[in-house]
Amino acid sequence: MKKLVEKHPLAIRWFHWVNFPVLALMIWSGILIYWANDVYRVGWGDTTLLQFFPQSFYDAFHVDHKLAQGMSWHFVLMWVFALNGLLYVGYTLISGEWRELVPNRGSFASAWRTILHDLGIRKESLPVHKFNGVQQIAYTSVVLMGAGSLLTGLAIYKPTQLAWLTTALGGYEWARAEHFILTIGYVLFFVVHIAQVVRAGWNNFRAMVAGFEVVEVPAPAPAPLQPTTSPDSSVNAS
Amino acid sequence: MNNSVKMPPSAGKAAVEQEIRRRSRRSFLLAGAAALAGLGGWRWLISRPTEAGVPWPLRRVLEANRQLSAEYFSHAHLAPVFANQRARMPRTNGSAGMQSALDPAAWRLRVRGFAPQGSPASSQEFTLADIQALPKVEMVTELKCIEGWSTIVHWGGARLADFVARYPLATRSGTLSQSAEKNDLASYVGLATPDGGYYVGLDMASALHPQTLLCYEMNGQPLTEKHGAPLRLVLPVKYGIKYLKRIGTIAFTNQRPADYWAERGYDWDAGH
Repeated sequence: MKKLVEKHPLAIRWFHWVNFPVLALMIWSGILIYWANDVYRVGWGDTTLLQFFPQSFYDAFHVDHKLAQGMSWHFVLMWVFALNGLLYVGYTLISGEWRELVPNRGSFASAWRTILHDLGIRKESLPVHKFNGVQQIAYTSVVLMGAGSLLTGLAIYKPTQLAWLTTALGGYEWARAEHFILTIGYVLFFVVHIAQVVRAGWNNFRAMVAGFEVVEVPAPAPAPLQPTTSPDSSVNAS
Repeated sequence: MNNSVKMPPSAGKAAVEQEIRRRSRRSFLLAGAAALAGLGGWRWLISRPTEAGVPWPLRRVLEANRQLSAEYFSHAHLAPVFANQRARMPRTNGSAGMQSALDPAAWRLRVRGFAPQGSPASSQEFTLADIQALPKVEMVTELKCIEGWSTIVHWGGARLADFVARYPLATRSGTLSQSAEKNDLASYVGLATPDGGYYVGLDMASALHPQTLLCYEMNGQPLTEKHGAPLRLVLPVKYGIKYLKRIGTIAFTNQRPADYWAERGYDWDAGH
């Protein structure tokens, strides 16, 4: 029969969902800023595999000549992004939730099994944990990326006042490139994340909104032949 | 838990289903309401009257950012300096205020002294030789454009601070001394091209920063016309939009001076 199991604490759900529009707006305003000096590409010599960004992209989203607007949004929402991230990290540390999230010795082996399973190479089902190795690595990485965005962002926001930071990150131009690469990382994370959420299904998605997951437990014994001696034992068994 | 065991399985199942529905409904309604509130807040924000080019709530936050920087950061911080061989010629990124041809012989720097309400206005004219007579400072710093590119340049010129010390036009008393009362010094400097087509405003602390130069040389050569001959402003603590070319007038004042790009939605301070 079905049973409700608490999965995501309320605070985590708020941090998660607040981050979604804030990061989207940070990326949007970041693109408006980037347009004014759009020098990055993937390629070598005269060969360009990927241009950041093609003119058609700018045309489609009306990106051009909005540097001032982009900066104004970026330097307001940076506070929300930073605060939300710090509260999230603080909450996971104090609540002990970090133990579920930070990779441990077994995470990388578990991650490998999960990848083989998700690619259909291994058939046996995976052990059930709140977060598997891939998730632990991905979710911890994305938090570290967030910290990286704050640091590289500060380095290009205040390159004179925080010259030590800018210099440590390789100088002004490198810090800007690192800030950009991290953002590409979020977009890639987002694509995989959405694919996995769709794959995992409704029960998993609902847990991020309502907090609980429904699990199938074996139906209780037909009739209690003997009264349960300890209430705890039945909880543990379920 | 023990209760559910005693219940008939069907009743337990119904209760669980009911609980799932109840909690899901409550959470999704709340999430929907929060999303609508967020959307409403966004629409409210973008529809506010603008202040200096952006909706006023954003402008207030940006102004708070500026105040925080002013309180927390020190004006004694120096911008990093680089080896001379890394110096390059930066691109010329604008010609506002330089539409007319320059006549170097006729050029004068006109300085309006600080004259708060009631006091007589003083003004003085300078030639390039007057500026070049001040101690020459050379430095290799990074010009950072607000657009996101940067170039390391070898600058040569006189400190604006030395100019102000030599010609005390920035104070009410006419002398620049440590003991003078606090409001003796003007709060701002406004600089403009001779035709007034381009103009920038600076806070006094940035203007008196040791790396703020009245510059007449770039990479060892006299300024070219496109780079702002005969005299341009260089201040590595701010973005390139403040590096006014072809300085025509300097005015010391207590009113925050107009700024070309601040009128187009950019940060008035533009410091970093």
